[in-house]
Amino acid sequence: MQVSITVNSVRRRDDVEPRMMLAHYLRDVCGLRATNIGCDTTSCGACTVTVDGESVKSCTVLAVQTDGGTVTTLEGLAASVGLGPDELHPVQAAFRAEHGLQCGFCTPGMVMAAVGLLAENPHPTEPEVREGLEGNLCRCTGYHNIVRAVLTAADAMGPGGDA
Amino acid sequence: MTTLGLPRGSILGTRVQRLEDPGFLTTGAVYTDDIVDDRLARAVRVTFVRSPLAHATVTSIDISAALAAEGCVGVVTAGDLTDIPSPAPAFAMYPEQMGLPLLASGTVRYVGEPVAAVLTDGRYDGEDIAELVEVGYDPLPAVVDPVLALTSETLLFPGAGTNVAYEMAPDPERDDIFSDCEVVATRTIVNQRVAVAPLEVRAAAAVWEEDGRLTTWIPNQGAQGTQSSVARLLGLDVSQVHVITPAVGGAFGAKFGADPEAALVGWIARRFGRPATWVETRSDNLVAMTHGRGQVQTVTIGGSRTGRVTAYRLDIVQDSGAYPRIGALLPTLTQLMAPGVYDIDNLQTSFRSVVTTTTPVGAYRGAGRPEATAAIERAMDLFAAEIGMDPADVRRLNLLPAFTEPFRSSTGAIYDSGNYPMALDTVLAAADYPSLRAEQASRRERGDVRQLGIGVSVYVEITGGGSEAGAPKENATVEVHPDGTASILTGTSPHGQGHETVWAMLVSNELGIEMDKITVRWGDTDLVLRGGGTGGSRSLQQGGAAVRQASLELVDLAKSRAAAQLEVSADDLVVDHGRAGLMVTGVPGSGVTFAALAAMEPLLVHTIFSAPGATYPFGAHVAVVEVDVETGKAELMRLIALDDAGVVVNPLIAEGQRHGGLAQGAAQALLEEVLYDEDGNPTTTTLAAYPFVSATELPSFELVTTETPTTYNPLGAKGIGEAGTIGSTPAVQSAVVDAVAHLGVRHVDMPTTSMRIWAAINAAAADKETTD
Repeated sequence: MQVSITVNSVRRRDDVEPRMMLAHYLRDVCGLRATNIGCDTTSCGACTVTVDGESVKSCTVLAVQTDGGTVTTLEGLAASVGLGPDELHPVQAAFRAEHGLQCGFCTPGMVMAAVGLLAENPHPTEPEVREGLEGNLCRCTGYHNIVRAVLTAADAMGPGGDA
Repeated sequence: MTTLGLPRGSILGTRVQRLEDPGFLTTGAVYTDDIVDDRLARAVRVTFVRSPLAHATVTSIDISAALAAEGCVGVVTAGDLTDIPSPAPAFAMYPEQMGLPLLASGTVRYVGEPVAAVLTDGRYDGEDIAELVEVGYDPLPAVVDPVLALTSETLLFPGAGTNVAYEMAPDPERDDIFSDCEVVATRTIVNQRVAVAPLEVRAAAAVWEEDGRLTTWIPNQGAQGTQSSVARLLGLDVSQVHVITPAVGGAFGAKFGADPEAALVGWIARRFGRPATWVETRSDNLVAMTHGRGQVQTVTIGGSRTGRVTAYRLDIVQDSGAYPRIGALLPTLTQLMAPGVYDIDNLQTSFRSVVTTTTPVGAYRGAGRPEATAAIERAMDLFAAEIGMDPADVRRLNLLPAFTEPFRSSTGAIYDSGNYPMALDTVLAAADYPSLRAEQASRRERGDVRQLGIGVSVYVEITGGGSEAGAPKENATVEVHPDGTASILTGTSPHGQGHETVWAMLVSNELGIEMDKITVRWGDTDLVLRGGGTGGSRSLQQGGAAVRQASLELVDLAKSRAAAQLEVSADDLVVDHGRAGLMVTGVPGSGVTFAALAAMEPLLVHTIFSAPGATYPFGAHVAVVEVDVETGKAELMRLIALDDAGVVVNPLIAEGQRHGGLAQGAAQALLEEVLYDEDGNPTTTTLAAYPFVSATELPSFELVTTETPTTYNPLGAKGIGEAGTIGSTPAVQSAVVDAVAHLGVRHVDMPTTSMRIWAAINAAAADKETTD
């Protein structure tokens, strides 16, 4: 089937198998391999991207379901708010400053989930951050510094939640 | 030995942000499944057919339907593996019959055991075609409970004549150690089996190159160990195996060496003359990657009514799973650390590691030591409850005093340095322990639904133990290049621990080269010939110490060359950190840069750092939980952790290691457990079914840091990777029990689920009724 999807600001037309997952479309067809796959039950969130601004687990969405949509992955995050190639989005910068990543495998999904969370709730409390990230698993950090990073990013992004 | 601790007003000891992160945060790291390499073009995808039964005789394998299916490139079964060595035990001390096969032949011994491999071109074809492989099974009885396995008539390896893979008998001369005790408490407790569950599952990619060597990419914790495992499993010489380590998405002890599937991918690449890749599913990972823990412990503790403990016995039944791997050896560490931080004269330890029809057990963060701490800390609580004394007071009364010279424990461990009373008192003060007890008393008096529980643990653990070759050691190469950059080769293998940052800090500190001009490489066996990898909390104290030592030796080498060139004595030269070079003492701007020296002749040093022994980090944790006594639900409210791992080089990274450990430790106490039904069917085979701890189930952690240096390396550093796990599990478990202790509960096995707590409350109430 042919799909037309805007991925990280680039409008693409691709032929895909009807059963192809969005995660595999991004990785195999678009060559965007930051998005990771950590489970097969939509439990871990490593594959989280945003579709039309909302965070979505790309392993449970078919590529064809995203036809006509706009997808942002970790690779396109900074550019999506007008930053240059050497600049970090405030959420990325906060993850680094607060040591919110170790092995890095959950990170692309965790960052995109945090972006989605802050878009919905620009100034979350700590419990709200924990609730908001419940569907994103991390084995390394114990979530402590991830939570710090999201709170730090919220502060950095200012009152409206924009970068 | 040079001066202890961190030199000068240096970057060492500061919160340097990780150099790794910009890449991880923008393009993502390149894990095995992400590799784009010409050598892997047209790679065939491998999917494993796994046993659906816990124990059975394989009567037939029909691959014809699979082979006929569109998209199938080939099918491999055990019968095809005629050119590899017959299965050998993972360690020489196990019975020779208990060898680990690459593919099951004749008998399957756990659900998930690989029986065949299906090769396909397409991503989605593998699972479809795997279902077409028809395997005939004649079921055999499952042996799930490790205690029952001791006496079961069903033997997994009839030729061995026993289900015991490895054991240490109790010393009969110590049978009477409790004869003088006024009080003796005993209990059998379970240190349950848990899933390691790194976020990145297992994977491999392999190609046979024109030079006749296998190049294989395998996520691992030490490429050189993986190289020797692959060579051993495939019957190759290590020189025929080139291992490249991609980014590794977490390991926690389970990615040392090479699993059978990873080795088989290399075999397939040769047999089919095509590159091959394998990435397992999470469901496969949860049944086929080694699990952790899995001990049934019987603790007996005795002493005086005034609280002095004088005798302790620990007997362990270790569940090794179907094939004894490193898990069957880990009780040796458990028994070594049995007395922990306590001064107990009379000790008796023993263990039996048994095979069961379940997934093999391996190392998991702490690997044998968390089990020791959990046992003695539970025993201390049982003893405290028996004599009606506060658990913190019982601990204080029995702690070893502070020591700065190595101390030999009653099990023969040589503790390098420690101050356990300080750790306990400091963490109790940080937690405001008296206020917590007062709050608990008021809630009990009011009969609140949400009761407060306070758990205390004090631990010592062993890190950076010796390698197979003997003394703990690690190598490093440091080279300065003519363009002013530097490179480091290390035998450690980071997968989240931040060695790129910390090793660069160590070199920068000695040479004055800016950190962003320093690169760190590891994990390619053509580049780094030897190395112990990363595990057992060894990396900084041995790998980091080697990097620092190489830097200092490089300075000496540079001085000898510069002295000749500048016609001064080498003794008159010092490092000019501002210019990344050498200068004549007291004459800034004189001398020569390291880069200029490197332009004349390669400037590099390869060195080996050797430590006199393992180091023993220690600490004390306090956990605070609330338990709803009507539903049994426990919630972790606070976790206050003092972890003393000697001198800290990068607090940002060390704290991150502690956080991760605390979470995994708390998860074992509260939530996580791999479960089997009585037929040996695993019931926690997805992350929807396995209760992997999430952000909502944990509080932010409260860290207390003290630094008691070791003299075993010039950095003064001990290991920090596993400490959090070791202290937190017993503290959290103890807090849960404490929350309902006033209702008569003395113990709740882990994980302390609502159902278990609720049942314990009801059982205690029923007991009370009977006694009343």
